[in-house]
Amino acid sequence: MSTTVGNKTVVFTPERLEKAQEIIANYPEDRQKSALLPLLHLLQEQEGWTSPEGMDYVARLLDIQPIEVYEVATFYTMYHIDPVGKHVIEYCRTGPCCLMGGEEVLAHLKQRLGVDTGQTTVDGRFTLKEVECLAACGMGPVFQVREKYYMNLTNERVDEIIDELSK
Amino acid sequence: MATKILTEHINVPGIETFDVYRKQGGYTAVEKALKTMTPEAIVEEVKKAGVRGRGGAGFPMGMKWSFLAKPEGVPRYLVCNADESEPGTFKDHYLMKNIPHLLIEGMIVSSFALGANKSFIYVRGELMYVIRILEKAIAEAKAKGFLGKNILGTGYDLELVVQPGGGAYICGEETALLESLEGKRGNPRNKPPFPAVKGLYQCPTVVNNVESIATASWIVNNGGDAYAAIGIGRSTGTKLISASGHINKPGVYEIELGVPVEDFIYADEWCGGIRTGHKFKALVAGGSSVPILPANLALTLANGDKRLMSYESLSEGGFATGTMLGSGGFIVFDETSCIVRNTWNFSRFYHHESCGQCSPCREGTGWMEKVLHRIEYGHGHQQDIDLLVDVAKKIEGNTICPLGDAAAWPVASAIRHFRDEFQWHIDNPAEATQPGAVYRGEMALV
Repeated sequence: MSTTVGNKTVVFTPERLEKAQEIIANYPEDRQKSALLPLLHLLQEQEGWTSPEGMDYVARLLDIQPIEVYEVATFYTMYHIDPVGKHVIEYCRTGPCCLMGGEEVLAHLKQRLGVDTGQTTVDGRFTLKEVECLAACGMGPVFQVREKYYMNLTNERVDEIIDELSK
Repeated sequence: MATKILTEHINVPGIETFDVYRKQGGYTAVEKALKTMTPEAIVEEVKKAGVRGRGGAGFPMGMKWSFLAKPEGVPRYLVCNADESEPGTFKDHYLMKNIPHLLIEGMIVSSFALGANKSFIYVRGELMYVIRILEKAIAEAKAKGFLGKNILGTGYDLELVVQPGGGAYICGEETALLESLEGKRGNPRNKPPFPAVKGLYQCPTVVNNVESIATASWIVNNGGDAYAAIGIGRSTGTKLISASGHINKPGVYEIELGVPVEDFIYADEWCGGIRTGHKFKALVAGGSSVPILPANLALTLANGDKRLMSYESLSEGGFATGTMLGSGGFIVFDETSCIVRNTWNFSRFYHHESCGQCSPCREGTGWMEKVLHRIEYGHGHQQDIDLLVDVAKKIEGNTICPLGDAAAWPVASAIRHFRDEFQWHIDNPAEATQPGAVYRGEMALV
């Protein structure tokens, strides 16, 4: 099963489809909508963002209306409802990180990337987002790229990480 | 030597694996509970322990368990709240990442006590790497016969499901969490009915925090009385404190409740003192939502006694001179901190995270953020301080869930204790907006 809108077709890879079926089976009968958040994560992992076609595809997998997917995807901050760069840097802007110099390091990061919050670099490699508390306050400043946390950030460390991710 | 209930083995190499955890005495509580105890007996021990919910509200866990409705033919659920998102709080992250089997063992014991055959761990989606760790640990426990069908041949079945959230602070509120777990927006529900009567899928449900559930194994192994003997007064047991800010040793520490705040800040075994060369200015003791205290009130009560790390002592004096233990998110500020800027930062957080369901919260958090922003950036009006107090009052107690209170308290308390600093920003915009500018007027630094 796939969903096509215009020229774009979304279908999970066989491995992800199998994973999706496993996830759906976790919930009681007729409660398959509970799988929506995990499936949106799966979609984003594959597509890089939660595209409209992808959300329609998830709706069909769960046998729910597409609007039920859209209203959920737009509520939670982790789902990228617009296209993003290869690496999404989610930078914690909350109090404890700021106490440890988070605002200064963020300013350096913006300068280094040449973008402001919410923007993607011209080469499409990095998207910078500011997020609320990442639950790593003792190790701030901190940002996250996919599943990896980068903690105790300094300007120098930020440069090293960007160099590493740019390879 | 202080008792360690949760972190005694946390630094043992390989403790994240089943075999090492088992060698350290892990899963003995499951054997004891399932083979020798009745569910009712476990609930009794938890009640005797007097353990209070470690997510922030501090509601007695045993009492919560005893409220669970038990209609025939209807499933019951245990849901672990691992949506830790309160600024300053990172203890559950630390616990799940380092010793996942402690939570899983607690989930098995607690699920058995509550008569649940399917339980969920709702983890904030940002912690996807922790979700992988938990899933691996669950697979190990299942392979060893501690999860799944007929656990240890006792006839008890339990399936554990880890659910990733989508990045919404509000999902830490128990009914919003249940909505989210049902695949919906995380809008809090009206209570009553409480989850104990109509929770997940409208079935009886208990929602407990990670730290709370993780204590259940120790209570089963050692008894409720032994747990109640630790701590002070009605603040029994130990508590994980996430310490951050201007201290020499940020980190997560397990303390016996009742330790003086002063010792916790200055002793080498805990925070190791205020950042070298600086003075203690203020404290947020229990996560960003609890009232901020100036240094003198953080360390001592109105009668001059030392303030202690306990539910009662921290709240001594009410909100006039006290605060709350909350989630144990302990944020320390030295004299370089601008209280106005921090209050604006927290206010921005609550505005961003409000689900938008209730007008006082949706509109009020935005108003507070906007007014604080203009004060911080040198455009404050003379009436702004009173306006903030008024808006905070109008939010507090007027929303479906406690997010409104959580947004109002930091603002109201910052003005209560640091009004001069707000006034200074309004009166001296040119000076206050200089990079790194901080009010240096009358205040008690320690």
